[in-house]
Order: sequence, then C-alpha cells, then structure tokens
Amino acid sequence: MVDATPRMERDIPPAEVPELELYHPKSWWTTYVFSQDAKVIAIQYSGTAVAIGLVALVLSWLMRLQLGFPGTFSFITPEAYYQFITMHGMIMVIYLLTALFLGGFGNYLIPLMVGARDMVFPYVNMLSFWIYLLAVLVLAASFFAPGGPTGAGWTLYPPQAILGGTPGGQSWGIILMLVSLILFIIGFTMGGLNYAVTVIQGRTRGMTLMRMPLTVWGIFTATVMALLAFPALFVACVMMLFDRVLGTSFFMPALVEMGEQLSYGGGSPILFQHLFWFFGHPEVYIVALPAFGIVSDLISTHARKNIFGYRMMVWAIVIIGALSFIVWAHHMYVSGMHPWFGFFFATTTLIIAVPTAIKVYNWVLTLWRGDIHLTVPMLFALAFIVTFVNGGLTGLFLGNVVVDVPLSDTMFVVAHFHMVMGVAPIMVIFGAIYHWYPKITGRMLEDWMGKFHFWVTFVGAYAIFFPMHYVGLVGVPRRYPEMGEAAFMTAPVDNLNAFISVAALVVGFAQMVFLFNLVWSLRFGKEAGPNPWRATSLEWQTPTTPPPHGNWGDERPVVYRWAYDYSVPGAPEDFIPQNDPWPDKPATRAA
Amino acid sequence: MSVILVFLTVVIGFSFWWLFHQKVMEKPWLEHGVHTALPETDVSGMPTAKVALAVFLAVVGSLFALFASAYFMRMDYADWQAPPLPRILWVNTVILILASIALSCAVRAAREHRREMTRLALVTAGLATFVFLAGQVTAWRELAAGGHYLDVNPANGFFYLMTGVHGLHILGGLVALGRTMVKAWDDDVAAEQLRLGVELCAAYWHFLLFVWLGVFVLLAGWAGDLLALCRQILT
Amino acid sequence: MAVALILVLVVLGSILFHILSPWWWTPIASNWGYIDDTLIITFWITGAVFSAVILFMAYCVFRFRHKEGAKAAYQPESKRLEWWLTVVTAVGVAAMLAPGLYVWSQFVTVPDDATEVEVVGQQWQWNFRLPGEDGKLGKSDNRLVTFENPLGIDPEDPAGQDDIVIEAADLHLPIDKPVKMLLRSIDVLHDFYVPEFRAKMDMVPGMVTYFWFTPTKTGTFEALCAELCGSGHAYMRGIVMVDSEEDYQAWLEGQSTFAELTDARQVGAAEGAGP
Repeated sequence: MVDATPRMERDIPPAEVPELELYHPKSWWTTYVFSQDAKVIAIQYSGTAVAIGLVALVLSWLMRLQLGFPGTFSFITPEAYYQFITMHGMIMVIYLLTALFLGGFGNYLIPLMVGARDMVFPYVNMLSFWIYLLAVLVLAASFFAPGGPTGAGWTLYPPQAILGGTPGGQSWGIILMLVSLILFIIGFTMGGLNYAVTVIQGRTRGMTLMRMPLTVWGIFTATVMALLAFPALFVACVMMLFDRVLGTSFFMPALVEMGEQLSYGGGSPILFQHLFWFFGHPEVYIVALPAFGIVSDLISTHARKNIFGYRMMVWAIVIIGALSFIVWAHHMYVSGMHPWFGFFFATTTLIIAVPTAIKVYNWVLTLWRGDIHLTVPMLFALAFIVTFVNGGLTGLFLGNVVVDVPLSDTMFVVAHFHMVMGVAPIMVIFGAIYHWYPKITGRMLEDWMGKFHFWVTFVGAYAIFFPMHYVGLVGVPRRYPEMGEAAFMTAPVDNLNAFISVAALVVGFAQMVFLFNLVWSLRFGKEAGPNPWRATSLEWQTPTTPPPHGNWGDERPVVYRWAYDYSVPGAPEDFIPQNDPWPDKPATRAA
Repeated sequence: MSVILVFLTVVIGFSFWWLFHQKVMEKPWLEHGVHTALPETDVSGMPTAKVALAVFLAVVGSLFALFASAYFMRMDYADWQAPPLPRILWVNTVILILASIALSCAVRAAREHRREMTRLALVTAGLATFVFLAGQVTAWRELAAGGHYLDVNPANGFFYLMTGVHGLHILGGLVALGRTMVKAWDDDVAAEQLRLGVELCAAYWHFLLFVWLGVFVLLAGWAGDLLALCRQILT
Repeated sequence: MAVALILVLVVLGSILFHILSPWWWTPIASNWGYIDDTLIITFWITGAVFSAVILFMAYCVFRFRHKEGAKAAYQPESKRLEWWLTVVTAVGVAAMLAPGLYVWSQFVTVPDDATEVEVVGQQWQWNFRLPGEDGKLGKSDNRLVTFENPLGIDPEDPAGQDDIVIEAADLHLPIDKPVKMLLRSIDVLHDFYVPEFRAKMDMVPGMVTYFWFTPTKTGTFEALCAELCGSGHAYMRGIVMVDSEEDYQAWLEGQSTFAELTDARQVGAAEGAGP
C-alpha cells in the first residue's frame, strides 16, 4: 500500500482506507456476538435462518401427516392445519430462503468475491442481523401467544386474515405476523443497502462488473429487486395492521361475519392482493436469482469449464429482474380483477420464460465437453437443473391465463411452486454449503454422508412434488386438510397422498444427516487447504483459510481476469485465479 | 399501480443506463490485466455514503410511490370522502422549504469552509424541521377536532398514515442532522468530512421535501383531479 | 455413470407416471373443451423440453465425466447457438400463449343470451339466487344482510321481489343454456369451483365477479371452495345439478321467491315473538 499510485488511492473509497486496526476486534463479545465482520454476520444469519427453517420443516411433517393419513392424528384440527401451512410458508419463503441467500450467502460471499475487506457499512450490517433476529423471535412468539399463530395462509388475504373465522385473526397471531414482517423488512433494508453498495463501491482494483462471478451478479440483482419490492409488502402490512388494530377500512369491505354486521365498509381486498403480489412475484426471483448465480459457479467450477455464454447469463439475470416487476398479477387471474389484465400479464409472464430458458440452456451447455467432477456440490447443481426445469415448465401452465383457470388454487400450484422455488433453490443452498464449507471452516464435509444426503434429498423431493401435480390435476384444491370422497376424482388420491407423506418424512430425516455432517466435519473433516476445488474466484485466494476479519491481510488482491478462466489453452493448470497475472508472469500456483 | 410503475421505470431506466456504462457488452474473457478496466469505468469516484444514500432514497421513493398507488386505487371506491385540508399544511410546506433552503446554504458554507455559517444554517434547518413536525401534529389535532378520525373514512386513514410515515422519515433525518451538528461543533473534524455529512443531509431533506410536495398534492385532492382530467382527455 | 442413469430414469419415470397414472382430470361437463386442449398442447411442449434438457444433461454427465488426464474444452460463448435457442424457445412459448389468449378472449366474453345466476358465498355455505320472471336480479348490498334477508337483497328494488332465493341448498341449471355466474360474498373471499366445468373465479365481498359457461352434461356435480376462507374452508361444499329442460322447470316451480320468503319469515318471527 505504500507505493500506491494516486490513481489507486482515488479508486479506493475513503471509508475503505484500510486501517487494519479496524479489523481487530478487542473482545470476545465483539468478535463473535456483536460482530461487524460480514462473515460472522453471515453465519449468524444462516444459523438463525436454519433454526427457524427447522421449525418450518417440522410443520411440513405435521401437514403431511394430516394429508397422508387424515383423521389419524386428532390434535391436527383444521385450525391447527391452517396455522401449520401459514407458518411453514411464511418461514420458508421469507425467514429462511430470503434471509439465507441474501443475509447468509450475500454477507459471506460478496466482500470476498469482489475483493473487499468487509461490507461498506459494517455497523449497519450488524444492526440488520439483530433486527432480523428480533423479527424471527416475534414470529416464533406467535406460537406461544393466546390463540396461536395466524392461519390465514402465507398470502394473508384480507378480509379473512383479520376475522374470527380464521385462527389467529382476532387474537395475537396476525398482529405478531405483521409486526414481524415489518421488522424483517426494516432489517433487510439495512442489509440490502450494504450488499448493493458493496458491489457498486467496494470492488477491488481490476474487478469490473463483467469480471464478477455470477454469484455476485445474482445476489446483487436480487438485492436491488428486494429493496424495491419489499416496500410493497411493508405498505400492505402497515395498512392491514391499521385495519386490524385501528379499525380503518383500507382493505375491508362491508361484510357480515357470523350473522353480525361489522363496522368496516367500502374497502378492497383486491388492493391488498395487488400490493402483496407486487412484492410476492419479485420475491420468487429474489430467491431464484442468487440460486441462478451460485449454481452457475458450481457448475463451472466442477465441470472445469467457463460458464457458457457469460454475457448472456448476466443480461438474462438483469432482464429477468426488471421483467419480474410487471408480471405480478398472474397470481390473480381468478381473483376477480378486471379480466382484460389477463392478456397483458399472461404475455409478460410467458416472455420471462425466454431469458430463463436461456439460462437453463447455458447451464447444460457448460457441461458439454466439460471435465465433469461429480462432487457433492456438482450433484446438487444437477439436481437443481432437473427440479428447476420441471418447476419452471409447470409455470408455463399457470402463467398462461386460461390454463391457469382450472389449475389455480389446486395442489398443482402447490407442487409447482415447491418444485421451482422450494426444492430447486434449496438444492443450490445445499450445493453451496458443500462447496464453501471448506472456506468457512477449513475442513471438507464428509463425502459419503454428503452423497447419502444428496440421493435421499433429490430422489425423495422429486417423489414428493412430481406426483403432487397430479393430485392437483385430479382437482383437489390446495389448503384442504382433507379431501374426503368426491365423485369428480378419477381415482382416489389417498394412497398417493400417503406415499407423498412417507417420502416427505424420509427426506426430512435425511436432513438430520446433513446437520450431523456439519457438526461432525467441523472437528473430524479432512483438512481442506485454501482452494480444494481449484477454483478461480477471489474467495479461494485469501492468504489464510478461514479468512480472518479484514479478509486480505496487508493488501487487497488485484484482479487481472474474469472469474471463469478454466481449462484455458496453454495455461499450466486447468484454472487461473482471478488475481493471477498470467501470461505476464507465468503462474505456477500449487492448489 | 401506475405510480409505482412509473417510479420503477425511472429507477430501472437509470440502472440500465449505469450498466451500459460498465462495459456490460464487452467480452470479459478477452481482457487481461488490470488496466483494461481502469480508470473511469471501474468503481465510481463518488463517496460511498452518497451512493448508499441514493440507493436508500430509491427505497424510500418506492415506499411512497406504493402508498400513492394504493391511494389512487382506493380512491375509486364509492365510500371515499376526502377530509378538508388543514390550512396549516400550507405553512408547514413553506417551513419545510425553508429547512431545505437552509441546508442548501449549509452545503455552500461547508464547501467554502465557513464553519460559523455552516453551524448557523444547520441549526436553522433543524429548528425549521422541528416546527414542521409540530405543525404536522397540529394538523392532525385539527382534523381530529373536526371529527375526521382515522377510522371514519379511508381518505382520513391515508392522511394520517402518509403524513405519519413521512414524519418518521423526517425524524430519522433529524438524527443524522444531529450527528452532523456534533461534527460541525467539533473542531477536530476535517472540513471534508463535515462537508460530506452536510451534503448528505441536504440531499435527504430535498428528497423528503419532494416527497412531501407529492403527498401534499395527493392529499389536497389535486392529483385525483389531474388524473380524472387525463382520463377525460384519453377517452 | 450411475448419475446419468438416474437422470434418465427420472425422465422415464416421469413420462411413465404421466401415461400410466389413473390420476387425471375429471371428464369435462361444460363448453370449455378448449381449455383442456390448451392444457394438452402445453403438456406436449413442456414434456418435450423437459425430456430433451434432462436427457442431454444425462448424456453430458455420461460422456464428459472426469477421466484421468481429460481437459475441458474452452468455449466462452456461441452467439449463433444462443440466438437459435432463443428463437426456438420464443416460438415454443408463442405456440402456447397464442391459443391461451384466444381461449381467454372467449372466456371473458359472455354471450348475450346467457342467463344470470347469482352465487353468494358465506362462511361456510353456498347460497344461490335466480332472477325471477322479469329476468333481472334485484340490487343487493352486504349492509342489508339480516336474518330475514340472508343475501342482502334490496327490498326497495322491485326487480328483486321475484328473485328466487336458494339458501344452502342445491342449485339446478338447465342443460345447453349458457349461464353467467355472478359471484358475490357476504364475508370473506371464496371461490366457486366445480371441477367438471373447468371455470372458476374468486368471490370478493363488496364486488360482483363473474364467469360464464354452458353445461353440456346432465348430472350432479360437486361445488368446492377454492379460496381459503377460514377454518371451515375444506367443508364448504355444495351441489350443482344440471337438468334437462323439463326437470329444470319442475324444480323451478318448487322454489320460493324473495317476497314469499320475506313474508314467511316475518310471520314466523311474529309468531315466534307472540307467546
């Protein structure tokens, strides 16, 4: 840093002038608890998300027990069932997937991958986590509140969400849910500002946007989308809270509940739906885009080949991000909104399929003539492609307005969105954890446990959600704790439901192997070394593994190339790290 | 949802413009070495805090655009009955404009390294803002005294909600302004650092003034009239 | 090797399940056969794409799996290939969208000769209302809902007096006559869903939504609620019977109008209050 040219100085933003002192926290508390190190915050975010995610997993077992064996478990009343589905959905979508991808992976990977020492505003970043934790605690508190958590369905549609006919509607459940969401959004905005601005301002020398790994592109775009979309949920939640607590009629029309006229009047439930889905659809891509980015890097690294069509991949991410703001009403084809909207939203929805398809093609074309190492991360990446293609294609049914009419609100929808934004992103999360665990801990995860975990999870999840489409085709509506007998069904779905439930339980328990592996390998895993996958991106080039606070020792890395120089003809090895000046100074870097 | 879509079109348009200046059409695998990337197209020379404020203001803008969208959509229903506009809002608007002007003066003074003047301008802005907030509370009381409670009509609901959320943002700004004042009185703080703080405050105030003018137009009912006029012209 | 094999098995298994499984949509009983056709087109196109992509992937995994000394090819992109794939995808998408939009335009265009039938949802039962002899439904408002007037029909509106009110009982429809279902709710969101008719739509308190169809088969059909409406959601079932014209008229004779019901209830209430 001493011989830094003036130009370099200008390129490093003033806040970043590396006082290495800054990165040596003084006490145990500031190192591990109130830490401002993005990597520690990432682990805190991930740990919290996984912990609350496990609650949601258990809820899914309870739901499946009811659906697979209706009437067997007397404690699962319809009220309880609706509480399970609501909390399961909300936790999985917001508190697990969003928090894990952006708060977890975003925090860990962005600074490392762009060569920064930390997020640009570490203090705000820390606050972000603590507010998130508070949101999770408020959410969890609703399980213990009188009346239990809300059972309004994760979409929280008024009027039923705040009425007595729905569990939690006239007790604490819905209030705690709305407050928790509001807190989450405030916390996320703090974190999101960091992720976005770190990518814009915190990149190291030579790290142009087009040299960034797709992981960073995915998380960056998703963050920007989330920053713009979450306010819609915020507005919806605040207005609903007003309706529930202060008696306004933003969303509440005149209605008669159980023979009694309520004092509400004139409001519009559809208005809530517009606000909710204006957030809700981008939310799908807020979860999907980081997954797209990460999986691109997994495939490229483990196939030892550059990602095919990098530019197209970047453009597709950005275009999907932009388009996803004008497709929201495809969730509302049968909501009673003006039917002419159907033409517009069906068209935009199907247009978005094109850039998404391009991404899929480029993933499989990256495999073509690659040198495919079937490591556990790679296996999960392949499983992602299978489940994502499956779920994405069923999206073409539901996006095409007239086909949606018979299918909407049936189990087909449930199967579709679980496949595309449940299973597929979670495959990526698993792949990513197997991939980056060595960097985070310095040890490899145990391979055989990983393979076992993979096969049970992949085959099991497919066995859960593929047949579920057919339950929907038969005509079984979603959110039914039991279907019972119905003359229209071409075949009873009892056996199929029981099969799905068993598969769900098996897959659920396989996750325990994964959790055990995480803990076991921390102590007994094979030593990983700095770059076990022989990858090019910057996070693998840190001077120490695991990277300390401040990441880079005395000097930030300088970037000479894009993130995908695998198997370059003439190069001494089948990968060239981004900070390697080859061919100027021939690099013979032992992995 | 038209307001938020217009707002997003602007934000996304700007983002694309920015991306196009970041060589997103280039083929990165053909570039080697550091210097192909430098200098202008790499990390911007703008202070990080300013970039962050810009991003944050986009979020705030999105929030208010959504409130406005909800306002317009709710307005179309039959029970809508706008409350009378408290007169004091005119005074408040003028005061908030004064606060913004004071902060502009503060920026100017900070750029010219005139500490005393900067302090004076900051204090003026802070006081004016407090008066604005007090005025907003007075407006609430005036409405409530007239029987226009929150739950009587959704138009009242929007009035309290939007002025309230705007007021909260102003309060948050006052915290930042307070910290800047501390800097202004601390002679150890470098002029450059103070200038940045003042500039950030000014930008935030201008933006919130802009938002307030939007909210004011909305609550006064002119926006609705304008919309009706547009519709008439179109049909 | 095993991985490639399992990928192939996933594709084969999915196709076999699709062909062999007894779980399929119920035979149609309305005019919306076009919806089924669009669905079938979508199944063919998406099925082909799914198989192609996954089989290609399986082949890649088999053919290019790591072998000692192997090295991957270096190919950053291929503009031609990417453009081709884009165009082919766009054509495939258009092939699904075009029929979809065409059928949707029929779906939202109600024929002029459609009879209006009102469905009123409440937690957790279905009520129906048919226009009486004047062929017009009277005005209604949730504010007017009382015990005597469970559907909130405006007693001041003369058009409403002869409306036929069916409270928590079966709805009958004549075969081969287009009906416009007007949907209303007095409390929360519901969704009137008869699987055999294919069409469905949410019912929203405070507004009237609609869809139309022509029943094409006589018989008894079950109506379900398809929009979460509280803890009784799954048990909110009703019956729609499609009758021949004669049966329908016979049934219609037996129904009471709004005016009759109001009188009866008022008398009943007075008697009840008497002793």
